[in-house]
Amino acid sequence: MTAALELAVARQIGEFDLDIAFTVESGMSVLFGPSGAGKSLTLALIAGLIRPDTGTIAINGHVVTDCSRHTYVTTQKRRIGMVFQDGLLLPHRSALDNVALAVRQASGRRVRRAVARSWLERVGAEGFADRRPGSLSGGQRQRVALARGLAGDPALVLLDEPLSALDSAVRLELRRLIRGVIISSGVPAVLVTHDAEEAEELGDVIIGYNHGRVTGTRAVERPSCAEPPQAPRESTGPV
Amino acid sequence: MKREHDTARAFDNKQKAAVISVVVLLGFGLGFGAAHLLAGYIAYWDIVSGPFLLSLRVSFVAGVIAGTTGVASGYVLAKGRFPGRDVLETIGSLPIILPPTVAGYYLLEVLSPGTRAGGFLTRVTGHVFVYNSAGCIIAATVAAYPFCMRAARTAIEGVDPLFEQAARAMGLPNWRVALQVTLPLARRGIAAGLTIGFARALGEYGATLMVGGDINGKTRTLSLAVLDSFTTPERDTMLLVLVLMAVIAMTGVGLLGRSRA
Repeated sequence: MTAALELAVARQIGEFDLDIAFTVESGMSVLFGPSGAGKSLTLALIAGLIRPDTGTIAINGHVVTDCSRHTYVTTQKRRIGMVFQDGLLLPHRSALDNVALAVRQASGRRVRRAVARSWLERVGAEGFADRRPGSLSGGQRQRVALARGLAGDPALVLLDEPLSALDSAVRLELRRLIRGVIISSGVPAVLVTHDAEEAEELGDVIIGYNHGRVTGTRAVERPSCAEPPQAPRESTGPV
Repeated sequence: MKREHDTARAFDNKQKAAVISVVVLLGFGLGFGAAHLLAGYIAYWDIVSGPFLLSLRVSFVAGVIAGTTGVASGYVLAKGRFPGRDVLETIGSLPIILPPTVAGYYLLEVLSPGTRAGGFLTRVTGHVFVYNSAGCIIAATVAAYPFCMRAARTAIEGVDPLFEQAARAMGLPNWRVALQVTLPLARRGIAAGLTIGFARALGEYGATLMVGGDINGKTRTLSLAVLDSFTTPERDTMLLVLVLMAVIAMTGVGLLGRSRA
């Protein structure tokens, strides 16, 4: 079986030295460690936003970065979905149009919007599809951002501390949502967090990070018959 | 509380003063103008209408050309990583720094059929670009361009690059990132630059005089007509028109400022 992600890279930025290697299979892998350990930098390298000094990265068996051969596939062609800490939804577009922008099928605007609407339904955000991000709460924005990250039929989803800017109640609610939607979609995911509880609840595999190095990899025990939780609905009322 | 009350009262007084000023000026102007318009309406319209329409046409075309090229070059300067970027911006900004007559002199050197460069241009294109409306448009475009370019560059540089990275991660090609993410996010700054550019094109005087000439009915724009009006019997009427224009412009700017606040 082809690994969703194989990576062995090194990158020096000032005094900070990142030198890591790991493999991601299916499900949710969590990069866990303190701030400044190099977790977000790793996501940027996987996404092709930054180039490593040495090493290779393969997504779904396709080599997207190979420094020795000067191979650098552009971010656009890596078939990834990304969810950022503060959503980064475009403020001049509605929630629906934000998600539709990520749909890669070139079948016309109506089809793209239909796909986007189905993803908004899956994350419980269909009630505010026509609203602009500025009028949404943090939790609502992250639901839309999650839909956007998955709407492009990605080979791999990268989630860069998607819950860290939210209050604890919303965070707990969205943890269940994220895990449920990711597992049911069947798309492998890599999530970055420095919250141990979050790592345990979300991850199938936890990859420990410290000072730019992988300190260990551990599979999280889960009951094999456990159903992925359903997406809880979010209120569409005033926020 | 008292401070808030004082501030509100001061604001009310300012508003009242502004309204009274506008009403007095308008009343004065309308009365003064009515007398003149009754006395010499036809002569007045002949002086104003042609230059006014020509100015609108010239500044619209110049605004479109300067806006398009200004935003495009502003984008390249903001995003491009190549040596000499700042030199290019400085050259593009020269019309702001140079006296308009100097800009007009350079343009004449490039466009006039009597010069080496202008002669070549005339032979290649089969058109003459001086002492006609094309000359006016070129002069206005050169005057407006740096405002559009500089505002676009600043606005585009101000866009958070994380939005563009997110768009690339969604698979959008770079041209769609530019059109659907960067430019919409920079639209306020760009619009401000285009507005100033259009206003600059509308008010262009020195270079237009040199490149377009001041040919009545052909290249006499509103700015040139204003100067010419000082040698005509309609001088007072023109003065009134200018006062009214200034009042309308100030009121417009004031209303715009208030609606944004």
